[in-house]
Amino acid sequence: MNAPGTMARRDFLSVVAFAGSGLVLGVHVPTRRRDGAPDAPGAEFAPNAFVRVATDGTVTVVIGYSEMGQGILTALPMLVAEELEVDPATIRFEQGPAADEYKNPLFGLQATGGSSTVRGMWEPMRRAGAAAREMLLAAAAARWSVPRSDLVAANGTVTHGSSGRRASYGSLTQAASKQTVPTDVALKPASAWKVLGRRMKRLDSLPKVTGRAQFGLDVRVPGMLVAVVARCPVFGGRATHFEATAARAVPGVRHVVESPSGVAVVADGYWAALKGREALSVTWDEGATAAQSSDAIRARWVQLAQQPGITARHEGQGADALAAAARRLDAVYEAPYLAHATMEPMNCTARVTAGAVEVWAPTQFQGVNKQLAAQIAGVPESAVQIHTTLLGGGFGRRAEQDFLVEAVSISKAVGAPVKVVYSREDDIQHDFYRPAVYNVLAAGLDAAGNPVAWTHRSVSSSILARFFPQMFHDGKDENAYEGAADIPYAIPNIHVDWIRDEPGVPVGFWRSVGSSHTAWVKESFLDEIAAASHTDPLELRRRLLGASHSPSAPRLLGALNAAAERAGWGTAPPAGRARGLAVHESFGSFVAEVAEVSLGGDGTPVVHRVVCAVDCGQIVNPLTIEAQMQSAIVYGLSAALHGAITIDKGRVVQTNFNDYAPLRMAEMPRVEVFIVPSTEGPGGVGEPGTPPIAPAVCNALFALTGKRVRRLPIRPEDLQG
Amino acid sequence: MPTYTLTVNGRRRAVTAAADTPLLWVLRESLGMTGTKFGCGGGFCGACMVHLDGAAVHSCQVPVADAAHHRVTTIEGLSEAGTHPVQRAWIEEDVVQCGYCQSGQIMSAAALLAGKPHPSDADIDAAMNGNICRCGTYQRLRAAIHRAAGDAPAARGGQ
Ligand code: FES
Ligand code: FES
Repeated sequence: MNAPGTMARRDFLSVVAFAGSGLVLGVHVPTRRRDGAPDAPGAEFAPNAFVRVATDGTVTVVIGYSEMGQGILTALPMLVAEELEVDPATIRFEQGPAADEYKNPLFGLQATGGSSTVRGMWEPMRRAGAAAREMLLAAAAARWSVPRSDLVAANGTVTHGSSGRRASYGSLTQAASKQTVPTDVALKPASAWKVLGRRMKRLDSLPKVTGRAQFGLDVRVPGMLVAVVARCPVFGGRATHFEATAARAVPGVRHVVESPSGVAVVADGYWAALKGREALSVTWDEGATAAQSSDAIRARWVQLAQQPGITARHEGQGADALAAAARRLDAVYEAPYLAHATMEPMNCTARVTAGAVEVWAPTQFQGVNKQLAAQIAGVPESAVQIHTTLLGGGFGRRAEQDFLVEAVSISKAVGAPVKVVYSREDDIQHDFYRPAVYNVLAAGLDAAGNPVAWTHRSVSSSILARFFPQMFHDGKDENAYEGAADIPYAIPNIHVDWIRDEPGVPVGFWRSVGSSHTAWVKESFLDEIAAASHTDPLELRRRLLGASHSPSAPRLLGALNAAAERAGWGTAPPAGRARGLAVHESFGSFVAEVAEVSLGGDGTPVVHRVVCAVDCGQIVNPLTIEAQMQSAIVYGLSAALHGAITIDKGRVVQTNFNDYAPLRMAEMPRVEVFIVPSTEGPGGVGEPGTPPIAPAVCNALFALTGKRVRRLPIRPEDLQG
Repeated sequence: MPTYTLTVNGRRRAVTAAADTPLLWVLRESLGMTGTKFGCGGGFCGACMVHLDGAAVHSCQVPVADAAHHRVTTIEGLSEAGTHPVQRAWIEEDVVQCGYCQSGQIMSAAALLAGKPHPSDADIDAAMNGNICRCGTYQRLRAAIHRAAGDAPAARGGQ
């Protein structure tokens, strides 16, 4: 056999190498999609790749990104509706293909991640709506021979002010199609907005409460088989031999074939494929890391952290200032690997035929999917169609390509459409994990207790080096220390450095990426300084942000004050409870959270209430922002209270939701979200709520117990005397 | 492989499947009813919740052989067009995010309300704790259950 498990990576790297050129495209509205229906007389009006108006007036917005819960199927239609002057609740949406028109201008790729969709499409979607509106107005002006300036567009209708003549958008589509597409339409000022900022209910609820919504796992293609893959339990290992007689004897099993990541059992359905895999016997070459454990990785990192790393930030005297300080604090903070555990396990469906590939995938990365599928199947990219299904959660996991590589390869091998399905165990044990991080911190305080020096060294693996090697320069990966290197507090001497180590555990983007751990470390250690100097944690932050030169400081301060005030900071919490706070910037948004905690009878932490203040600039939909803050808090709290992926004998120990436990209903705190009004450009919303929750809870536990949590997840024994 | 007769959403359906095939996969693959979801296969997450003779069960844990001769109700059978009070409350409270867990959440909530028309927060905790939502919609789920019960907002926990 060749080397399963290596092909996916090799192909991916070469694909990304040509996929990632061109970082920022100017804001422009692409012309209509290439595979759109041809214009017929009297047909719908499709002025650009994003908007279509049918002859009955129905407006369809084409979405080139992935809906994974964050609400873009509602937000993008709202952006169009604002300028097109239609009721957003009447808009239909349609998932667009993988095509250049849908590259996100923020990073020049068709992908959904980095809390980027509204930020990137904020202007293009409004321009698309405005261009359509102007063409409809021009069509009416020509029809009635009146000046454009005498016409008003509202609620899907053009009205002539003095005569009261009216024309519905639907009646104007044909004439509008003949107008020139305007290139520079002025967008409405915020004061004229009627849709943006409105509490609007989601447009995708009905299919999701009736079971009709189509996720990746729900895809059915005629003649489709289901594949379950036996993958080497040790990362980087490979199959050297397999014995499939018993597997083939399972009723319903059709094929047992090599796949890039192991051995695929292909059957009529999932259950037969799963039983076939159980009956399969594979001999693995487990490779170099077969004896590895989390403890051994940690032991190596303790050693590595004694040497300097690559400098991520240096201010003033850096670490040299520690020696001159009146007092010194030292601490080690440790964060574990984490799985994404999206509710819908990984899956992908592919149909490879002679000369063409069709893929149905719950994916966050359409652009690269297309190139990779073409490469594996040996067809030109133009012969690849990518259908983005709904995603049962993404959180960064579905930016990866493993499921697509398997589906396309296996379909090609067996000559039939194939849906690859990961069991929950596969999903948890073959993830690209949030990196584990070992952090060594020190602070120097002057005689009055003010911090005068701050050093932070971390050891972890690089996401960028694997995922975007063309962006990995000089050994630097900002994802590793974002949120740490840019610590916003006014401390005159700062040194932040990073040591890269690759123990072979694959790491990837996990909701809020670097900030998922750096916020916890930064905000916890700052709390240590507050305690050591007998300063109120809120007061210390106010002082250090007030004196800061960071451009982010005013907005961080605004969010912090809003959360503190609404949480009743400074007033006595209910008996038996204590409060903690944290504030952090990520993805262009500023979030402060105050957690109120107690200890349960068995000594486990109970989080009762979280007050969250978010400044995410100008907003589209408050209902979505509140939902995303709740969601991000639950995601971070699941990890802080329960989440750890550990390695033993080179393999992941955890298997399913019994030992990798998400937060459940009974543990849900009351979450109160306050949106700080802002006139700044929009910030991200999907991720920024996650970083502050772990430190807010740990700081509250310190206030309650006097015990500082310096390793995650929070262990009851770490809270005892 | 043996053939079983199931009553799903009031219709009798004959399926041929290995006796140990979980009801979940019979619904999804043999009958093409994909509203019932696969989340863990181990009885831990509730994504696969259906009603068996009116009681909420994990369909990933029920072999098809055991489901024969019982009444199975799935999300598709709850109402034709999303008009069941629980579904309406879900839309009103804007509960769903990715939506993947919501068929199971709705089936658990419908079973709870059928047995307890005005559940307390503690009742909701107990009845819904088997349903994981990785999008963290718990607060709105709770509000929606109270709404479906017709209870005043004052009686509700959380926002
Ligand atoms: S799929 Fe049945 S409980 Fe998770
Ligand atoms: S809505 Fe996504 S898992 Fe519940």
